[in-house]
Amino acid sequence: MSVKIGVPSKGRLMEKTFDWFAARGIAMKRTGAEREYSGAVEGIEGVDLVLLSASEIPRELAAGRIHLGVTGTDLVREKLGNGNDLVDELAPMGFGHADLIVAVPDCWVDVETLDDLDAAAAAFRADHGFRLRIATKYHRLVRDYLRAHGVADYQLVDSQGATEGTIRNGTAEAVADITSTGETLRANHLKILDGEPVLRSQATLFASRVAPCDAAEAAALAALKARLA
Amino acid sequence: MKIVTPAARAEGQRLFGAFQTWGAVPVEAAVLQPAETLLDLYGEDIRARAYVTQDPVRGEMMLRPDFTVPVVQAHMAGGAEPARYCYLGEVFRKQEDGGARASEYLQVGYEVFDRDQPLRADAEVFALFSRMLAGKGLRAATGDIGILIAAVKGLPTSDTRKAALMRHLWRPQRFRALLERFAGRAPLPKGRAELLARLAKGDPVASEAPQIGLRSRAEIEVRMAKLAEDAATAPIPGDVVDALEALIQLSEKSRKALEDMRKLASVLPWIDPSLDLFEERLSVLAAHGVDVASLDFEASYGRTTLEYYDGFVFGFYAEARPDLPPVATGGRYDALTAVLGADQNGGRSIPAVGGVIRPALVVELEGRA
Repeated sequence: MSVKIGVPSKGRLMEKTFDWFAARGIAMKRTGAEREYSGAVEGIEGVDLVLLSASEIPRELAAGRIHLGVTGTDLVREKLGNGNDLVDELAPMGFGHADLIVAVPDCWVDVETLDDLDAAAAAFRADHGFRLRIATKYHRLVRDYLRAHGVADYQLVDSQGATEGTIRNGTAEAVADITSTGETLRANHLKILDGEPVLRSQATLFASRVAPCDAAEAAALAALKARLA
Repeated sequence: MKIVTPAARAEGQRLFGAFQTWGAVPVEAAVLQPAETLLDLYGEDIRARAYVTQDPVRGEMMLRPDFTVPVVQAHMAGGAEPARYCYLGEVFRKQEDGGARASEYLQVGYEVFDRDQPLRADAEVFALFSRMLAGKGLRAATGDIGILIAAVKGLPTSDTRKAALMRHLWRPQRFRALLERFAGRAPLPKGRAELLARLAKGDPVASEAPQIGLRSRAEIEVRMAKLAEDAATAPIPGDVVDALEALIQLSEKSRKALEDMRKLASVLPWIDPSLDLFEERLSVLAAHGVDVASLDFEASYGRTTLEYYDGFVFGFYAEARPDLPPVATGGRYDALTAVLGADQNGGRSIPAVGGVIRPALVVELEGRA
C-alpha cells in the first residue's frame, strides 16, 4: 500500500498546496475530467493524493485514514481540540493566513475589549432576558477563549456561513469568525475587538499519529519527510 | 472508554442503602434534562462539560451532568420540609483527555432541605460523608463561600462595582483583575480613558456607523453613563483590597484559619458575622464527631467548580492518588434554589446542602476495580 496525503480539493488552497510541494520537487495534479476528484503525485514513489474538503481533513487524520493532510490550524484545533495527541504539526506552509477574531457592531462605541464585551453581555441579559448571542462555527475555540478571559452571560449560536450578516438579520449580537483582510467585517459595519485573536491560523501540513503504516509506507513516509526538511 | 463496573454498581447500591438507612427518601431523575435550564444557570461553559442532544419536540436536551438541579426541582414541585433525599445513577461529563477519565460514571448523593438549622444540616452532611468514607486514606478539604460573599458585599464601594465582583466570584482571575482595577492599581482597558475624556467634555460619542443589531443606542448610552459614574467612584482603599486578597488565598487548619480571618476582620469588619457562623459551624461539626483540629480550610475552595455553591463546601481527596478526581464533593447552594424557583415561587430560596460520592473511585482505591 502507499502513503495517503489529503489535500484540499479545490480553490486557492489546493493551488497553493500544489505550488508548495512543487517547490520541494513533488508534483501534484488533478487527473481525469474537470469535475472529477482524483489526483496523482509524481517525483516520489509510493504516495497517493486524496482530494478532500479542507474541513474533513482533520477528521480523516484523526481516524488514521490518511497519513498526511493539509488544512488550516483553525480546523484542526476546532475539531480535535488543543493539545490533542492524534496529529503532529509537520510544517506551517506560509499561506492561508487568517485570524479567528471576535467582532461587534461598529456602532458599539462603548465596546473595545473583551472586558467591555463581558460588561455589555451582563447588561444585555438583564435588559433582554436572554444571553448575548455570538454567531460562529468555531464553537470549541471561541468557548475556550471566552472562558479563559472570564466572559460570561453569552451564548454561541451556530452559523456555518455569511456569519457577518447575522447581526443585521437580528439573529446574533456579535460574531466570531475567520478573517484575513477584515474587508467583509468592515463592509458589514463590524469592528474587531482589541487584543490577541482567538487563534492565528495558516495552512499547515499535519501527520496522523494513528494511521497504520506497513514497511513500504514507513519508507515512503520517511522519504517524503526528508524531502520536506 | 471507561464504563460502570459491577463492583462500582454494588458499592453504589451499598452507599445508596446507607443513605436510606439514615432516613433519606430515594428519588429518581431523568437522564435527559432540558438544556436551557442548565445553560441559564451555568452559562455556555456547561457545553464543554455536558453532552447535548436533540429532542424532536422538547428541543435541546442534555445528558444529566449532575443530580442537583433535577432534585431541587423535584423538591420545589411539592416536597415537604425538612426533607432528605438520596439518589443513585449515571452522570455524563465530556472529558478532553482522550479517555483517561470516565465520561459516564455513577454518583450516589444525599441532599438536605432544612430552613431552620442550616449549620446543623451542614455538619450532618459532612459528618455522614466522613463516616461513610472513613479508613480510605482520604483528606477532606473544606471552604466557606459565604465568607467571600460577605467580604464582597460589605466593600466600601458602589453597588455597581460590588455587583461586578459578585458576578465574577466564581472566575478567580477575572475577579482579581476587577478588584485591582477598582483599587486603582491596574490600568484601564484600552480605549476607556479616551472614551471617558470625551464623555467628560459632554461629547455624546455618536457613531457614524449604522445602528445594527438588537443592542440599541439607548443601551449603549446607559453603559456609557455607568462608565462615567464608575470613573468618578473613589478607589477601594489598598489595605482593604490587600486584606481581601489575603483572605482569598488563605489555606490553613480550620482553627488557625479562623484566627487569621479574625485578624483580617480588623480591616474587613463586615465579615465578622460570617466568621461567627463559621466558628459556630466548627462547634457543631465537633459535636457531630468531626476532628476539627485537623480539618483543612481553603478560603477559595469551591470557587472554580461549575456548581452553584454559596456557603459551606467540601471535598474528599485520595492523598496517595493525586491523579484521581475527588472521591466526594458537596456544599450549600441556597442561591441555586432561588434561581430555579423564580418561576414557580417568586424566587423563594430553600436552604439546601448536599453532596455526592463516586462509588467507582471508592472501589478503585480499595483495589477491587
